[in-house]
Amino acid sequence: MTDNTDIDQLGEEIVRNELLADRVKQVSLYRQMLLIRTVEEMIADRYSEQKMRCPTHLSIGQEAVAVGVCSNLVSSDQVVSTHRPHAHYLAKGGDLNAMIAEIHGKKTGCSSGKGGSMHLVDTNAGFAGSTAIVGGTIPIAAGLALAMKIQKKTSIACAFFGDAAVEEGVFHETANFAVLKKLPVLFVCENNLYSVYSPLSVRQPEGRSIAGQASSYGMLAVQGDGNDVVDVYAKAGSAVQMIRAGSGPIFLEFSTYRWREHCGPNYDNDLGYRTAEEFAEWQSRDPVKTFGDKLQANGALSLADVDRMVTECREESNAAFKFAEESDFPGVEDLETHLFA
Amino acid sequence: MSTKTMTYAEAINDALHVAMDVDESVICYGLGVPDPKGVFGTTLGLQERFGEDRVFDTPTAENAMMGVGVGAAIGGLRPVIISQRLDFFLLAMDQLVNNAAKWHYMFGGQASVPVTVRLIVGRGWGQGPTHSQNLQAWFAHIPGVKVVNPALASDARDLLIASIFDDNPVVFIEHRWLHNTKGYVSDDVCIPKLGGPRVVVEGQDITIVASSYMTLEALRAVQILEGCNVSAEVIDLRVLSPLDDAPVVTSVLKTGRLLVVDSGTRSGGLAADIAARVTECAMRHMVVPPQRVALPDHPTPTSRGLTEHCYPRSSHIALAVLSMLGRVDEVNFAGESGPFDIPDNTFRGPF
Repeated sequence: MTDNTDIDQLGEEIVRNELLADRVKQVSLYRQMLLIRTVEEMIADRYSEQKMRCPTHLSIGQEAVAVGVCSNLVSSDQVVSTHRPHAHYLAKGGDLNAMIAEIHGKKTGCSSGKGGSMHLVDTNAGFAGSTAIVGGTIPIAAGLALAMKIQKKTSIACAFFGDAAVEEGVFHETANFAVLKKLPVLFVCENNLYSVYSPLSVRQPEGRSIAGQASSYGMLAVQGDGNDVVDVYAKAGSAVQMIRAGSGPIFLEFSTYRWREHCGPNYDNDLGYRTAEEFAEWQSRDPVKTFGDKLQANGALSLADVDRMVTECREESNAAFKFAEESDFPGVEDLETHLFA
Repeated sequence: MSTKTMTYAEAINDALHVAMDVDESVICYGLGVPDPKGVFGTTLGLQERFGEDRVFDTPTAENAMMGVGVGAAIGGLRPVIISQRLDFFLLAMDQLVNNAAKWHYMFGGQASVPVTVRLIVGRGWGQGPTHSQNLQAWFAHIPGVKVVNPALASDARDLLIASIFDDNPVVFIEHRWLHNTKGYVSDDVCIPKLGGPRVVVEGQDITIVASSYMTLEALRAVQILEGCNVSAEVIDLRVLSPLDDAPVVTSVLKTGRLLVVDSGTRSGGLAADIAARVTECAMRHMVVPPQRVALPDHPTPTSRGLTEHCYPRSSHIALAVLSMLGRVDEVNFAGESGPFDIPDNTFRGPF
């Protein structure tokens, strides 16, 4: 399997060219990535205040995959995600205030304070839910897609997951079923090379690609640059069109990199599980900065535009934190609610 | 509304036909669902009547198929997932426990998961260590999951319909030895609610609490005990979780004695939980400590030379009752030990 073959199969060039001709869309992608980056940097900066008390997995460095994929979806499409869901939730249109309130454990949180950072939901936005068990939402996406197919809807389901999730049996079971039933589901693997501190090299044999494995189930599987929002947008856009047209499941594997520790607000390169060179190389490919630079180079954005957007994103984030801090905690009366529907 | 006589398996089949007929969001799948045997006859005719989109066979992939059911339920369907042996479903505990049971609660009620899982428990005919476990206590231990295990054909039909139209995940446990039992079954198409424990025989001297197949053994024990002038009350739990223990407590306040019969193993089991619940609020009214009849704390062996001493049945229940009444030496049960290897003489194996 080579990238060139895949590109031809996916027919992504049309979508790519449409995007390259559409500066408004380009700016929109940048703005979304910038907001996610700003929000998560603020979470990192303020985590030590001890007000956000739940396991929190930041997607700083991985924003392009979430934004490039979700910008091709509409609210009736359903997205599921993982323990690292902030970018997916926000890119799918999830309410920012409700997310920050949820991380603060407040009643106004998107899950009423019962889920925390790892268990986000916004049904209005078509963000069906994120859960913390590796691979756990992959069959949920297939089930949502099955329902759409039986109900003869034109919507699709999309599952985000990491490179470790494809080591879980449930991924393989679901891939088989999704192909068997030709389900309208997009599988998006964010390959950030590590499962906590365990590199890919100790978990999967050298020379075998994740996309190649997915392809062996009989679905189109494509690799892309997860730090290039244009590449993500083009591949996902083409895949979404094909799935809507009845292709059945498609698998996208995007290489990317998490900057901070697996769980928590800090950098952890001092632990020695990855090299300074590797980290620096990936940081030089910052998906937000590189795309912002491109947009300034092609004239879509001025430096003043960028400054304004940075200010706006900070204001939005500050407002969300203010909302969260001023919201009430749930109380004893909420403890047993929602046990049963 | 009228009633007709049918087997427990036919009652399950009827419930599925009724549910799928009244609501097209009900789907039904599992390994072997549309095959010629139709899961002991319980799924016969469904695919022919409701089509391959709504009734289908599946890959042998328990965990994913459970997760698919959760996703489909969130997406607006009411899936009925069938596993012909409970033991095989253990591969799906992740999706049941971490997703189905939690989804409504951990997302603050934004979505619900109306999925029903039919699991079948074996006994006898050498089902052995991995084909005859009733892990009902595992399921009942998971907040957010309802657990239903009817003993009678009429309840099998009504409670399955109720389970399918309940907006929560329901584990519906069928004992294989019940499938051929017969009863009067309603033909009402109204959708009932999940009802709790029911007194099936009234008595004065002791309360016997049972569920699923062990309710039938308890009813046989009642007949033995009548011959000893003992009046036993039998409560069929029907719904194990959420457990409504009020009818049990009420009964024990009357009889002063509680025997709980469990079709699972003894330690950490449901019988212990029920005994604890009743003792917590009625100990002063109990004239003897509560007792349990359950499977012993070891895997179920295969040989009928061993299972004869393993499976509790009516004689064990009757003996336990007489022991609690201080009359254990009065009666000899020779010839009345009840079936332990096959449910009845028409059963020719293998499952």
